[in-house]
Amino acid sequence: MTSTRPRPTDNGPRRPRDTTRRGTRTVRVWTSAALAAAAALAALLVPLLAPLDQQAVDLTAKLLAPSADHPFGTDELGRDILLRSVHGLRVSLLVGITAALVASVLGLLIGAAAGALGGRTDRLVMRAVDTFTAVPHLLMGIFIVAMFRPGIWPVIASVGLTHWVSTARIVRAEVLSLRSRPYIDAAVSGGASRLRVARRHLVPAVLPQAGLAAVLMVPHAIWHESALSFLGLGIPAHQASLGTMINGARGSLLTGEWWPTLFPGLFIVVPTLAIAGLAGAWRERINPRRRSELVL
Amino acid sequence: MADPFVTHGTTEAPAPVAAPGRTGRGRTGPPLAALARLAGRRALAAVPVLTVVTLGMFAVAAASPFDPVRQYIGSDGLGASQDTLDTLRERLAASGTFAEQWWAWLRSALTGDLGQSLTLRQPVTEVIAERAGWSLLLCGLAFLISLTLGTTLGVLAARRPGSVLDRCVSSLSYLLQAAPPFWLALLAIWLFALQLGVLPAGGLTDTGSDTVTAGSLLRHLTLPVAVLAVSQLPWFVLYTRQGVLDALHEDPVRGARARGIDERTVLLGHALRSGLLPVLTLIGTRVPELITGALLVETVFSWPGMASATVRAATAADFPLLAALTVISALAVLAGNLLADLLYGLADPRVDPDQM
Repeated sequence: MTSTRPRPTDNGPRRPRDTTRRGTRTVRVWTSAALAAAAALAALLVPLLAPLDQQAVDLTAKLLAPSADHPFGTDELGRDILLRSVHGLRVSLLVGITAALVASVLGLLIGAAAGALGGRTDRLVMRAVDTFTAVPHLLMGIFIVAMFRPGIWPVIASVGLTHWVSTARIVRAEVLSLRSRPYIDAAVSGGASRLRVARRHLVPAVLPQAGLAAVLMVPHAIWHESALSFLGLGIPAHQASLGTMINGARGSLLTGEWWPTLFPGLFIVVPTLAIAGLAGAWRERINPRRRSELVL
Repeated sequence: MADPFVTHGTTEAPAPVAAPGRTGRGRTGPPLAALARLAGRRALAAVPVLTVVTLGMFAVAAASPFDPVRQYIGSDGLGASQDTLDTLRERLAASGTFAEQWWAWLRSALTGDLGQSLTLRQPVTEVIAERAGWSLLLCGLAFLISLTLGTTLGVLAARRPGSVLDRCVSSLSYLLQAAPPFWLALLAIWLFALQLGVLPAGGLTDTGSDTVTAGSLLRHLTLPVAVLAVSQLPWFVLYTRQGVLDALHEDPVRGARARGIDERTVLLGHALRSGLLPVLTLIGTRVPELITGALLVETVFSWPGMASATVRAATAADFPLLAALTVISALAVLAGNLLADLLYGLADPRVDPDQM
C-alpha cells in the first residue's frame, strides 16, 4: 500500500449505509453462495448426472439456436453447449484450484520466510517480487507455455509460478506487523520458543488473510487459464475448456451465431462474481474496517 | 490484484511521511531534485530486475523441447548438412549453454541488434518498429478514455453512496471486472460489426485496400479502443469511488462542511484532492494490466501491434521475437512504476521522495 493518508474510517463515525444496506448484502452473500455451490456441484457431478458424451459430434444438429432440447444451443459440430460448458467449467475449476493452491502455498512460505527471518532473506524475496511484477503475468504465462507444449500442466505451472507474489506480499506484511505487537514480545520474554510463538500466534493470525488470498486466486487463475486457452496456448483445442470453447466459436460468431460465444463466457463471469461475493463477505468479517471491493 | 488498494508499485510499505521539519518550513515548489534522485535510484534498481528477467527467459528456453534451428529452417532442414546446421546455429546465437546464449544476446541487444524473428523472417527490431506505433496508439487512447470516464463515474458514484447511480456504476464495474476482455471483444464484434453493421470487425484497413486513411483508421480503431478502455474501467471507477468516499470522512472535509462551505466546493476542492491520490498511483501501475488487455484485444481484432505479434511469436515458439517483446513489456512496467512514484511525489506534499 502506497497510500500515506491516515485512514479516517479507523476512528470516524460509522457510515450510515453500513447499516441500511445490511439486508441487500445478506441477499448478495447467499446468492453468491448458492451460485458457487451450484457451479461446484455441476462441475463435480456432471459425469454422473449426464452420462452423455460431450464430444459427440452430430453434424445434423450443428449450430442450433437455444431451444428446449439444447437450452444453450449447439456448436459448429453439433455438440451441446450446456453440457460442454459444464465440462469446460470442470477443467477450468480443476486448473484454477490447483494453480491457486500452488501459488498460495508458495506465497505463504515465501512471505512467511521473508517476514519472519527478515534481513538478507527479506531483501532477496522483495527483489524476487520486483522481478515477478515487472513482467505482466499473462505474458509470463504465455512465455512459459509457448516454450513447452500446450497442456493442463504447463498452464497450472505457469499460473501457479507467477501468482505467488500477491500472497507473499500480504503474508509478509501481516507477519511484519505482528512482530511488532506487544503480545508477541510478551510471549518471547515469557520464555516461549520460536516454534510456539509461530504456532500459537503467527499462524492463527496469518491464515485467514492467506486463505482469503487463496480463495480470490481461484477466479483469477480461471481467468488466466481461459485467456491462455483462448489464445491457443493453453488446454489443447479438442478438450472442452471455457477458453477453447470461446476460441472455437469465433468462426460461427462471424456468421451471426452468438450462443456458442455468449454462454461459455457466462460460465466464467458468474462463478467469478459468486466467489468474489463470498470472499468479500469473508474479508468484511476478518477486516471489517474496510469495505470490500473486487478482486481480480 | 487481490485488493484494489494493493498496488503494483515497487514500494509496498506505506510511503514514509516527510519529517516535520521539512513540511514545517513549507515547501514552495515541487521537490525536483529529490524526484530526480528517486528516478536515478529506480533506474539503478531496474538493472538487476532486467538481468534476472532476461536470464530467466533463456533458462526457460533452454529447458524447452523446441530447437530454434530446426524451427528456423523448417522442412528445408531435412537435407541440410551438419555443417550448414552448425553455421546457422552460430548465426542464431543458439549454441552453448543458456548463460552463454544470454551473454551473446545481451551484447548484441545493447548494440541494437535483437536477432531475427523465426516466423516473420525479418529482424526483430524491424518488427517492433513497424508495430510499436499501432500498439501505443491503441493503448494510449484506451488508457486516456478509461482514466477520464472512470474517475468521472467514480466521483459521481461516491457523491451519493447507495443511490441508484452508485449501485448501477458499482455493479457494472464488478461485472466488467469479471468478464474476460476477449469475450467482451467478441460480443462487441457481434453487436456492432455483425448486427448493427456500423463498425468493421477487425484489421486496420478495409478489405481490398492497403492505404490507411484517417477515416478508415478511426472506424477500425473505435471497437478495439472501446473494448480495451471498458475492460480497464472498473479499476478506475472503484479506486476513485473508494478514495473519494474515504476522503469525504477526513478531517479537512468535515471541517469544511462545519464551516458551511457548499457541498460542491467541498467535493471538488477538498475531497478530490486527497481522494484522487490512489488513482494517481493507478496511472502508472496499470501498465501490466494494459499490456494483458492489449494481448487479448489486439489478437481478437487482428490489430497489427506488438501484442498480437507477441501471441503469434508464442504460438510459433519464436524465441527471439518473444524475448524482445517480453523485455520491452518489462521496461514499460518499470517505467510505469516510476511514473506512479513521481506523480505521487509531485502531488502529495506529505511524501518525501528521498524516502520512497
